[in-house]
Amino acid sequence: MCGIAGLFLKNSSLERELGALTSAMLTVLTDRGPDSAGFAIYGAGNPGEVKLTLRAPASFDFEALAAGLDLAVKVRDDHAVLAVPAAVEAEVRDFLARYHPMVAVVASGASMELFKGVGLPADVCGRFGLAGMSGSHAIGHTRMATESAVTTQGAHPFSTGPDQCLVHNGSLSNHNDIRRRLIREQMTFETQNDTEVAAGYLSWKLRSGARLDEALTSALDTLDGFYTFVVGTETGFGVLRDPVACKPAVMAETDDYVAFGSEYRALVDLPGISNAHLFEPEPAKVYFWERQA
Amino acid sequence: MSAALPRIAAADPAIFDLAAAELRDLNATLQALPPDTNETAWTVLNPRGAHAVAVGITAPVAVTIEGHVGYYCAGMNSGASITINGNAGTGVAENMMSGTVHVRGDASQSAGATAHGGLLIIDGNASARCGISMKGVDIVVKGSVGHMSAFMAQSGNLVILGDAGEALGDSLYEAKLFVRGSVASLGADCEEKPMTPEQKSELTELLRRAGASADANHFRLYGSARSLYHFHVDNAGAY
Repeated sequence: MCGIAGLFLKNSSLERELGALTSAMLTVLTDRGPDSAGFAIYGAGNPGEVKLTLRAPASFDFEALAAGLDLAVKVRDDHAVLAVPAAVEAEVRDFLARYHPMVAVVASGASMELFKGVGLPADVCGRFGLAGMSGSHAIGHTRMATESAVTTQGAHPFSTGPDQCLVHNGSLSNHNDIRRRLIREQMTFETQNDTEVAAGYLSWKLRSGARLDEALTSALDTLDGFYTFVVGTETGFGVLRDPVACKPAVMAETDDYVAFGSEYRALVDLPGISNAHLFEPEPAKVYFWERQA
Repeated sequence: MSAALPRIAAADPAIFDLAAAELRDLNATLQALPPDTNETAWTVLNPRGAHAVAVGITAPVAVTIEGHVGYYCAGMNSGASITINGNAGTGVAENMMSGTVHVRGDASQSAGATAHGGLLIIDGNASARCGISMKGVDIVVKGSVGHMSAFMAQSGNLVILGDAGEALGDSLYEAKLFVRGSVASLGADCEEKPMTPEQKSELTELLRRAGASADANHFRLYGSARSLYHFHVDNAGAY
């Protein structure tokens, strides 16, 4: 099982509602994935700054960490978003790895923040305050674990590159082989999870200069297994289903947004849904939307 | 349970609003209707993509669902006429025995799966595996169907006014597949066959019953080449 919800806004007037809409969509998908949930949300950033989303054990004092580095931080439950001048990102990462090894860097990007945790989707969304967040697009996931343990590390989305995230419904059968090949290409992986390999593969293609749609097209030839993927970049939103299309997908498009749901139930409360173009994305076909940066 | 249903007037259809009532109550009410019920017209409001709406009905009643439904709508239907004014999720009319199910929008995967009888009409497209393992149902799709449609279809008719996706009719038994548009590819042991006058008449009647304005002369017929293992009498001794 697993559930996916994604919302890519074309009309900025809905940006303040993005978090609330995404939170409601994920909550509907609880019975497809009650083990863990997570989401990536693309919101406003500051020029020249990188947002580092961090995760640490509950007792960790993010405020003290940020004060010591003279950086701004926004703490959300056991995650925190640290605003780091891009020029010193590598330095901050080294500092964290050396002096705070219990702090995981979950994601980084000019606009993307990423939160995930174990528990029912409504609880996870509530802990991080998703309903109060705004942004241009968001991708979320509710997980029913199959290929690795029910842990925060195994929750989706996975991020393997700046402003890049991927969620997955399905299971890959050749992920160990692809992981070994990507490690030889200097990609690094945090888990034994199959989905992280799919994310890493796309990040590797993007790093090599491919556009998101090109990366997704090549994934069709490389990744073996069952998958419905929804992927995000700073300005893009993509959907890909495997050629057999075992995993469900429904999409809705209006002048204001593109929305993805594992089931129509997840889309039913979106504004203007009764006049939306509803369609089931076809197997082995790359769907891709991009906005001006 | 039906006593609690909001009725507008005796002559109006019974209205069941799923925004205000439980899906289980709807199905229990419809399943409890006797064959000679006077409550022969039902309208279901606000399905909101719910799964298993109007399943297991055994009375010859008319049910109209106003909106999109989720998985397995009208499953196991036996004698009812069920209309969905919207799209249907996976497995609409699965294992239907008799009656009619009419999807006014698109249907997702496995429409009419394993259905033994009745008529399934889909005004839009059906996605993958339409009519998988069908066992006697008639299915008329006015749009196109996805890959692996009529996989292991045993009997009945699948009529496609649009195009068929890859591997149509793979491992087919005795079902007949009529396609007006293109076929991306045929599955194992599926082949085009000449259409007899009787089959053309049967197709014309099916198109009429489905309200489809199409000429039977514009269709091609596909069926089983009967060359797979289980069609060879020499293999009967294996049992």
